[in-house]
Amino acid sequence: MSSVSAGTLWDVHAIRRDFPILTRKVHGHPLVYLDNAATTQKPQEVIDAELGFYREICSNVHRGVHELSGRATEAFESSRGRVRRFLGAADDHEIIFVRGVTEGVNLVAQTWGRANVSAGDEILITAMEHHSNIVPWQMLCQEKGATLKVAPINDAGEVIPEAYASLLGPKTRLVAMVHQSNSLGTINPVKKMIEMAHAAGAVTLVDGAQAVAHRKVDVRDLATDFYVMSGHKVYGPTGIGALYGRAELLDAMPPWQGGGDMILSVTFERTTYNELPFKFEAGTPNVAGAIGLGAAIAYLDGVGLETAGAYEAGLLHYGTEVLTAIPDLRIIGTAREKASVISFVVDDIHPHDIGTILDGEGIALRTGHHCTQPVMDRYGVAATVRCSFAMYNTREEVDALVVGLRKVIEVLG
Amino acid sequence: MTPELRELYQEVILDHGRRPRNFRTMDASTHHADGFNPLCGDKVHLKLVVKDDIIQEAAFQGQGCAISTASASMMTEMLKGMDTTQAMELAGRVRALVSGNDEEAAAVRERVGKLSVFSGVREYPARVKCATLVWHTLKSALNNGSNEPVSTE
Repeated sequence: MSSVSAGTLWDVHAIRRDFPILTRKVHGHPLVYLDNAATTQKPQEVIDAELGFYREICSNVHRGVHELSGRATEAFESSRGRVRRFLGAADDHEIIFVRGVTEGVNLVAQTWGRANVSAGDEILITAMEHHSNIVPWQMLCQEKGATLKVAPINDAGEVIPEAYASLLGPKTRLVAMVHQSNSLGTINPVKKMIEMAHAAGAVTLVDGAQAVAHRKVDVRDLATDFYVMSGHKVYGPTGIGALYGRAELLDAMPPWQGGGDMILSVTFERTTYNELPFKFEAGTPNVAGAIGLGAAIAYLDGVGLETAGAYEAGLLHYGTEVLTAIPDLRIIGTAREKASVISFVVDDIHPHDIGTILDGEGIALRTGHHCTQPVMDRYGVAATVRCSFAMYNTREEVDALVVGLRKVIEVLG
Repeated sequence: MTPELRELYQEVILDHGRRPRNFRTMDASTHHADGFNPLCGDKVHLKLVVKDDIIQEAAFQGQGCAISTASASMMTEMLKGMDTTQAMELAGRVRALVSGNDEEAAAVRERVGKLSVFSGVREYPARVKCATLVWHTLKSALNNGSNEPVSTE
């Protein structure tokens, strides 16, 4: 890990000045924001980009001949190009704008899934999936009489390779896997898992909600068929995300929602669908959000995603060390390959009480099941406290968390 | 800690949270119900013995935070000897205490006995359901005997 050298290259205080919310106070204390796996804060550039759309070029896209519509369309489509480069895709039309990961997974389940999955088929997921990468597949399986299979994880929170291999077979139609777990921090060996899935003849979908904020993703290097991401977890706005799909698959898939923009011609007898990516983008899209996402990616390009990731790895290492030193604290998720997340429980103290008392100190983190109830069941806990890092967090904030936790234990322990 | 937090985590609540009373199974019950808060995973299983409309026994099991455990513990203590109408009225007053407006809360504060320690919960909207889960469960047990689990959502 190059975290030590990265720490010296990374001017975290300069980065913090880019995020206006980080100067605010909460309950009289400086905000310590450690809930980045839920959503990240936004740099001024992203806020300005959204505001700029509404102040300067607000209009609908792909339909007007006037100046504003042209400018809005250009900004919207140039953001698509940025997302394409960000994910390493070959062509802009392989990038479908969606609301986020949840909508992206649902789109694939309901179009590709309905057209390609039938009774007796299997869909394979892992035991560490977020609800958004479980429920759409359950719904599809229920509708089609297919079976949902789950690749188990070990105590550290890693997919067990032999078990995964043994669950792949001729009936496996699709494998859906998270790139980086939101509740455990585990980074899955997705390239290898995709290779094995393809060898079994299955199509692959990777949930990149957490991963894209911490590491360079290249969908062609991974050779995945689908990859989904949310803008708000990568310093962009809420309500915008992207689905990458291989052009060949997207072309063959039936459209999803019907409406404007996804058509070439409509009569009451017959509709001809538009080409990619518009076939999957019915209705007026989230134009401001897409432009904001483009600005977030430009910001990341400027600061360097890989340098940020190395800095965060240093924080994770430091945080793990100082939290482990607290008696009665147990970290849930100790995979060899993990990033940016420390989930933990403290003996005899419920995570919600911890969360409320830390909030009183200005410390924001997540308590609960993190939309991964099966993961909580796997570890026999109802909930955990989750501290998750972004590029603007500091060691001083980790220290503030430790001081806060000692206070909690003093009061409630 | 802030004064609001001290008000929330009063010594009485911490004590009941650490050492809940009536936290046990009960073989012969006349009414029971399950409560579940899907947002945080808190679960409570409540059992009552009601004879001639009087609550003779109340016991619970489950898992939850300090607030929800203390709420269940103190509720089971208070219910004993009440008739079912009194119990339902008390449930209504607790709801007003922790989630009503200022006026409603002030109006019931003197009429909830030792449960007034929960008045600090009003400052924490995210925690109201922790305090009320067991009271919803009580209503379900008394209304339905034993039926579908009650959920806070």
